[in-house]
Amino acid sequence: MIGSLDITVLQQIWWVLTAVVGSLFLFLTFVQGGQTLLWQVAKNDTEKSLVINSLGRKWELTFTTLVLFGGALFAAFPKFYATSFGGAYWVWILILFTFIVQAVSYEFRKKPNNLLGAKVYEIFLFINGSVGILLIGAAVGTFFTGSNFTLNQFNQVTWTHPLRGLEAAFSLFNLSLGLFLVFNARVLGAMYLINNIEFALAPEMEMRLRRFCLISLVCALPFLLYVLASLLLMQGFSFDENGVVSMVSGKYLANLLAMPTVLVLLLAGLVLVVWGVILTSFMGGFRGIWFGGLGTVLVGLAVFFTAGFNNTPFYPSKADLQSSLSIFNASSSHYTLTAMTYVALVIPLVLAYIAYVWYLMDGRKIGAEDISDTKAY
Amino acid sequence: MGEIDLALVNWSRAQFALTAMYHWLFVPLTLGLSFLCAFFETIYVKTGNEEWKHLTRFWMTLFGINFAIGVATGIILEFEFGTNWSNYSWMVGDIFGAPLAIEGIVAFFLEATFFAVMFFGWDRVSKGFHLFSTWMVAVGSNLSALWILVANGWMQYPTGMAFNPDTVRFEMQNFWEVLFSPVAIAKFTHTTSTSFLVAVMFVFAISSYYLIKGRHVEMAKRSILVASVFGLISFFYAGLTGDESAFNNARVQPMKLAAYEGLFEGSEGADLVAFGIMNPNKTVGDGQDPFLFEVAIPKGLSLLGKREFNAFVPGVYDLVNGNAEQNIVGYDVKIKRGKQAITDLSAYKDAKKAGDAAAAEVSLARFIDNKDYMGFGYLEKPADGVPPVQMSYYSFHIMVYLAVFFGFLCLAYLVYGIKDTIEQKRWLLPLGVISFFLAMIASQAGWIVAEVGRQPWAIQNMLPVGAATSNLDAGNVMTTFWMFAGLFTLLLLAEIKIMLNQIKKGPEGA
Ligand code: HDD
Ligand code: HEM
Ligand code: HEM
Repeated sequence: MIGSLDITVLQQIWWVLTAVVGSLFLFLTFVQGGQTLLWQVAKNDTEKSLVINSLGRKWELTFTTLVLFGGALFAAFPKFYATSFGGAYWVWILILFTFIVQAVSYEFRKKPNNLLGAKVYEIFLFINGSVGILLIGAAVGTFFTGSNFTLNQFNQVTWTHPLRGLEAAFSLFNLSLGLFLVFNARVLGAMYLINNIEFALAPEMEMRLRRFCLISLVCALPFLLYVLASLLLMQGFSFDENGVVSMVSGKYLANLLAMPTVLVLLLAGLVLVVWGVILTSFMGGFRGIWFGGLGTVLVGLAVFFTAGFNNTPFYPSKADLQSSLSIFNASSSHYTLTAMTYVALVIPLVLAYIAYVWYLMDGRKIGAEDISDTKAY
Repeated sequence: MGEIDLALVNWSRAQFALTAMYHWLFVPLTLGLSFLCAFFETIYVKTGNEEWKHLTRFWMTLFGINFAIGVATGIILEFEFGTNWSNYSWMVGDIFGAPLAIEGIVAFFLEATFFAVMFFGWDRVSKGFHLFSTWMVAVGSNLSALWILVANGWMQYPTGMAFNPDTVRFEMQNFWEVLFSPVAIAKFTHTTSTSFLVAVMFVFAISSYYLIKGRHVEMAKRSILVASVFGLISFFYAGLTGDESAFNNARVQPMKLAAYEGLFEGSEGADLVAFGIMNPNKTVGDGQDPFLFEVAIPKGLSLLGKREFNAFVPGVYDLVNGNAEQNIVGYDVKIKRGKQAITDLSAYKDAKKAGDAAAAEVSLARFIDNKDYMGFGYLEKPADGVPPVQMSYYSFHIMVYLAVFFGFLCLAYLVYGIKDTIEQKRWLLPLGVISFFLAMIASQAGWIVAEVGRQPWAIQNMLPVGAATSNLDAGNVMTTFWMFAGLFTLLLLAEIKIMLNQIKKGPEGA
């Protein structure tokens, strides 16, 4: 049944799936946001433990979503996987480094005799939440600003900038996108912690979290506005019916106008995030994360759709326009996309059991007994 | 397709080997200990005896410490295919990406989700659901082994695909052939069963230490009893599937078999070297005897590899130089045809680009004639096709000797465990303590056989490692190699310290 679909349909399905996984990842970066808030909102050991234990029940999910994002790109768009990872070597390696140190930190931080001391593991968590997310933002930014690579006739990549990908972080646009994601993660982190922790032991932390939720949004706004304004004004990459890539002014504005649903996703997403913050910071609400999370997913989808649909190459090359990758020239074969689409049918089941377990585990908030448990982080 | 940069290839190989072997320090324990925890908890739920709960939670604590660092070392491997083997990722991404993505969807989420319940859910979910979660973690981790080993099995024996000259890559033709390839099945069953053995030895080591010290005696004896049953079953399965792996090697990777058996001159009714010391100065083609000393089992290798006493088993020389009598084509011919294939493919691409359909057709026809040898075209000389023989030979033999030891050990622990005299067996307990280190050695050695033995191929006969790398300056990879070496070693030391501390503390409520 799926096998009879046209390859272009499958390619679009897989761009949508990739966008969904990527956007869910952005939502789940509330873990990273919470990690960077640790120093500011938790002033004593009890408060720290509450934060770490609350995040510690979720970090694996974020991590695994990142792994799946990589796997899905590999399976569906192998040319992107080969070009970007092999080319922009240093950005990806550094991002991975920040996740390696994160993975051990929760488990090791509180264990006696842990070689490095709790402080170092907390620094690891901070690096992951700041540098890690910043670089991910910079890498996503290159979907719009382009990268420095050429492909030869065997599709092998040559990177033409000596910084091997790190140069992305020196563009104002990419940097702003990265910083926006860092602060947005903090907004989400604050909302999640408000929702997840029982504050009987730490009433002051609740106030701090509500304040930092707002402060983080205020910090995120200038970067967001800069990114949005540039996006609407900048020249973009576009390909015609023969696949020839050229620069077109106002390309991304045109994309939004040509795909009004995407525009709606973007605006609705932003409104939801702001509403989540208002709820959390001004109205004493506990459910801000639902709005902030959904809003982030919608904004994420809008970003991916703007980058990849409407004849737009999602991984453009500045060095050689014709080497740019689109969802049509970077994808797997029809057979593989078909097989993978069958596999993707289990995704709803996966989401269902994750939601069910989440519901069971979060029925009671993180409180005193959780941080005194011998298994606590 | 450019010159091959040897420094780059070797640093890339070193980095992959380093990171994979670090990952593999933790994975076998995850695979086996997750099942052992599930067994322990099942007994707790069935009997309602709180002591079994303490026991379960003790092993789970160790499991969790190991799991965290297993995950940390895993993420880098997944992305390393892109960062360091990008030509590889492009050439075979159409086939190789799928199992990696499926692993994420069906296995990693199962693990990650239920792991949180297993650790933090004792008071949050029902007893039954908690037990279910523990089992799901075990199933999830072993499913992740399945998919990654399907991917690895495919590299050893590429099936279910065809080369597409227009996209210049290999494309999948049959998913089921990839999934159910005999090599993938042998890999999965052998790797999991031997990983169970590793985890059993882990339980033996710690329990034996407690028995020697006279601490937590009841818990140690209980753990040993369950582990030794699991160990003995795993041992038989390991032998069976190990034999199956060797049988597969004889069919699809005869060079690997020749290397790890130290067989240079093939023959009918080939002997199996049971014990031997290789001549360290031996090089390919120098006419020296490969062994300084050997004890051989007559016709053993023919039986093992071909399941017939008098079957012909080719040696390194037969494979490199060819053997007309046995219908084996030598590497010099294969290399020549491979180079021709590469030239014709280039010509085909150029003609197509220039819009010359007639010339393109001619080049394509010539290419198709030689396409099966394309991978050989990247080799310079026949001797490049021979893997490091001594490293393969010693690794293989160490693995097999240790296997025999593990079999006896499991049997002894089971018998004395049932008789309840194990505490008094003072000669046996120290062997139990060191058994875990031996198991790690055997397990790492197994991967050296599998991976070093298939050199120079990243994908058997299709893509040598030299053509699989990213286009990087070797200095970049050298830098990341040392970064990984430093960071992983630091984390490993931290893990060991934490682990030892927890072991010293012992189970709670004791
Ligand atoms: C505790 C570890 C352990 C033990 C006791 C054994 N193995 Fe093993 N062996 C492995 C751990 C291992 C492994 C790490 O799991 C490998 C690496 C790749 C693989 O598929 O499994 C492996 C690979 C491997 C290979 C290469 C497979 C390939 O290239 O695809 C062969 C031929 C054998 N084994 C054979 C045996 C035999 C005949 C054994 C004796 C009973 C044995 N192994 C015991
Ligand atoms: C975790 C267990 C594994 C260990 C300990 C291991 C070990 C090794 C070693 C020692 C090498 C270096 C060989 C050499 O360069 O001489 C190597 C290379 C490599 N292995 Fe593995 N391997 C493991 C699993 C895998 C799996 C599951 C895959 C694929 C899915 C894989 C793919 C590769 C690749 C691509 C290389 C680099 C190319 C090469 O040098 O052959 N390995 N591995
Ligand atoms: C070279 C190829 C390999 C790659 C790319 C790879 C990738 C990964 C990744 C990304 C993770 C973290 C998953 C998470 O987010 O939870 C992981 C963990 C894991 N991998 Fe690997 N892996 C490789 C080799 C292997 C092998 C050979 C096995 C088993 C036979 C294995 C079994 C596991 C298991 C059980 C885990 C769970 C965590 C733990 O090890 O404690 N992996 N791997």
